[in-house]
Amino acid sequence: MSVLSAILILLALALVFGAVLGFAAIHFRVEEDPIVDQIDNLLPQTQCGQCGHPGCRPYAEAIANGEAINKCPPGGETTIHALADLLGRDFVPLDAEHGEEQAKTVAYIREDECIGCTKCIQACPVDAILGAAKLMHTVIVDECTGCDLCVEPCPVDCIEMVPLEKTAKDWYWQIPVVDMQDPQADIIATDRPKNATDKDEAA
Amino acid sequence: MRRKVWNFHGGIHPPENKQISTQTPIEKAPMPSRLILPLQQHAGQPANPIVEVGDSVLKGQLIAEPSGYVSAAVHAPTSGIVTEIGQRNIPHPSGLTGLCMVIEPDNQDKWGDRLTAIDYEKAEPAELLQRIRDAGITGLGGAGFPTSVKLNPSAENTIVTLIINAAECEPYITADDMLMREKAEEVIKGIQIIAHMLMPVECLPVECLIGVEDNKPEAIAALEKATQQLDTERQIKVVAIPTKYPSGGEKQLIQILTGKEVPNGGIPADIGIVCQNVGTTSAVYRAVVLGEPLISRITTLTGKALVAPKNLEVLLGTPLNELLNYCGLLDSKLNRLIMGGPMMGYTLTDLDAPIIKSTNCILAATEEEIPAPAPEQACIRCGMCAEACPASLLPQQLLWYSKTKDFDKALKYNLLDCIECGACSYVCPSNIPLVQYYRFAKGEIRALEHEHTKSEHARQRFESRQQRLDAEAAEKEAKRQARAKAAAEKQEKKLAAETKKGASGEAIENNAADAKAAVIQAALARVQAKKEKQASAVKVEATIAESISSNSDKGE
Repeated sequence: MSVLSAILILLALALVFGAVLGFAAIHFRVEEDPIVDQIDNLLPQTQCGQCGHPGCRPYAEAIANGEAINKCPPGGETTIHALADLLGRDFVPLDAEHGEEQAKTVAYIREDECIGCTKCIQACPVDAILGAAKLMHTVIVDECTGCDLCVEPCPVDCIEMVPLEKTAKDWYWQIPVVDMQDPQADIIATDRPKNATDKDEAA
Repeated sequence: MRRKVWNFHGGIHPPENKQISTQTPIEKAPMPSRLILPLQQHAGQPANPIVEVGDSVLKGQLIAEPSGYVSAAVHAPTSGIVTEIGQRNIPHPSGLTGLCMVIEPDNQDKWGDRLTAIDYEKAEPAELLQRIRDAGITGLGGAGFPTSVKLNPSAENTIVTLIINAAECEPYITADDMLMREKAEEVIKGIQIIAHMLMPVECLPVECLIGVEDNKPEAIAALEKATQQLDTERQIKVVAIPTKYPSGGEKQLIQILTGKEVPNGGIPADIGIVCQNVGTTSAVYRAVVLGEPLISRITTLTGKALVAPKNLEVLLGTPLNELLNYCGLLDSKLNRLIMGGPMMGYTLTDLDAPIIKSTNCILAATEEEIPAPAPEQACIRCGMCAEACPASLLPQQLLWYSKTKDFDKALKYNLLDCIECGACSYVCPSNIPLVQYYRFAKGEIRALEHEHTKSEHARQRFESRQQRLDAEAAEKEAKRQARAKAAAEKQEKKLAAETKKGASGEAIENNAADAKAAVIQAALARVQAKKEKQASAVKVEATIAESISSNSDKGE
């Protein structure tokens, strides 16, 4: 009798848990692997394809499946560090095969030379080029990610990548440089000749 | 009875050196040879120029209008001709250039149409706010935030305390001190206008507090004299606070005067307080009562490299070198030219940069006054920086995280609450420029954030493009399928019709076959006829040719 009741109780428990798990599997189902979203969030979204994938998201999926994290030149070292942190992998320097980290650039169309072929418009992954057939095209600078995918298809080579200029608005302080060659650098503070502020304070 | 004041954590007592520039009254600076007006003299969006090169402008005329909510208008400080709109040196720590408008004065100083004076006691707050915006007023204390934005707190915040920041805690600077000594009535009227705007009578009782450091007894006396004559329901109290740097920091002053702390990441309006610089109140008075836009300000020119250091009322856009020459600059003694004070100011590299709305001080310092910073050494964990920090942060931890670029950790230790006052660097026995590291880290964090929003935006564009392309492809495919379906249906119908014909009887088929045969017969007949015709034509040609040749024979 006791054996039977034990079996029944276990059976009932199994059914309850099975129902709960089944319910959870349907109602709390995750559509996609969230790690892919997290990786995608860290990639620079230039959609340049230098990693060998057709966009940032496919590369994020590939990374989630074990691909190397050092194939993104636009992201550079910062991105590799962030990815290494997220995935618990070791930092690896940028794979030079896919390109080098460069200063930020934007595409510039020499408008006099443009013949209006629309080839660059089709190539732009973020719709940052405006224009129509047989009419001049131009780049919306704020939207351009600097992926340089429009340079190759241009039949008259009128597109060039120009570096983004630093303006007073987006300038910020650089990290102080410690000059270890300075003869005073390794003298302890109290041995150094007193400076004027000390004198003022004393006064 | 003296009002109770609170204390804030940390702070330092650097040598004040204020007496250098308070020996003579405020003077009007001479008319400069040209005025250089940067279009960005404030925090936010740059102004949009509305005049062109070659236009002549009158004093007080609007020459650039604000290009957004957080922006400020620029007016012509004197009458003259616009000679240039282009990149020029601006007073900025980067030493980069900015878009400026250059005006050549005609020395007549002729006013254009002045704004009409407003009787502020009867005016609606919205009207006064619009006037302050039209007059291009920004905070004159240093940060240069547009005043109309600051005086327009969101509706859910009821303002119960107006604090006027007259602490002027930074060494050397005396512009506010001299303004209060000489123009106390203007300041008080400006405060009344602002109080009228922010605090309607129904939310009384309210407080207006002027916080002045007790190292300015003359200014305190002048203000007290001016407030005694008032009788209004909005009491204006002058509060002398102990001299300690940085008591003039907005959050520090609020803590000193009210004992309240502004929450992390919040603004004073969240706790019912609005803080304004004392110079700004005078500008508000001039805009509302006199109808004058912000075209001049009081700037301290000081330092031991000047023969005659003093406070000057200068037109905005006046080039620094002309002002320095006016005060007798000793080139040989000048070591560093600093805009702002010695604690929070920055070194200027270009002497032709102009005075802008937020320039409260120009410090021409000798080698003795501001020596080159001693080399940085290792942190010895003495903790003096933590004792000095007015924001109660942990400067050592922040230093490690800024140095190693571990920005997430730096944010966790509230790096963004750092007010960059420089007290930590001042007390550091190892001469570590701590503030420089924090400034770098803050800049980097902001740049990364900006990049992240940009990449997020790019991703959205990429995804919507992908969607559009997919939709286009799907549409094409659907069309193709529809065409294929239509063709198949047609084919089917034809077949069906044919089989129907077959089923309906032989007769029709026979008829059809006969008709077909007849058509073929007719075609064959036509072909035959054509052939015959051709043959006869050939014959005719041959006979003609023969006759021609025989004719020619005869001729010979």
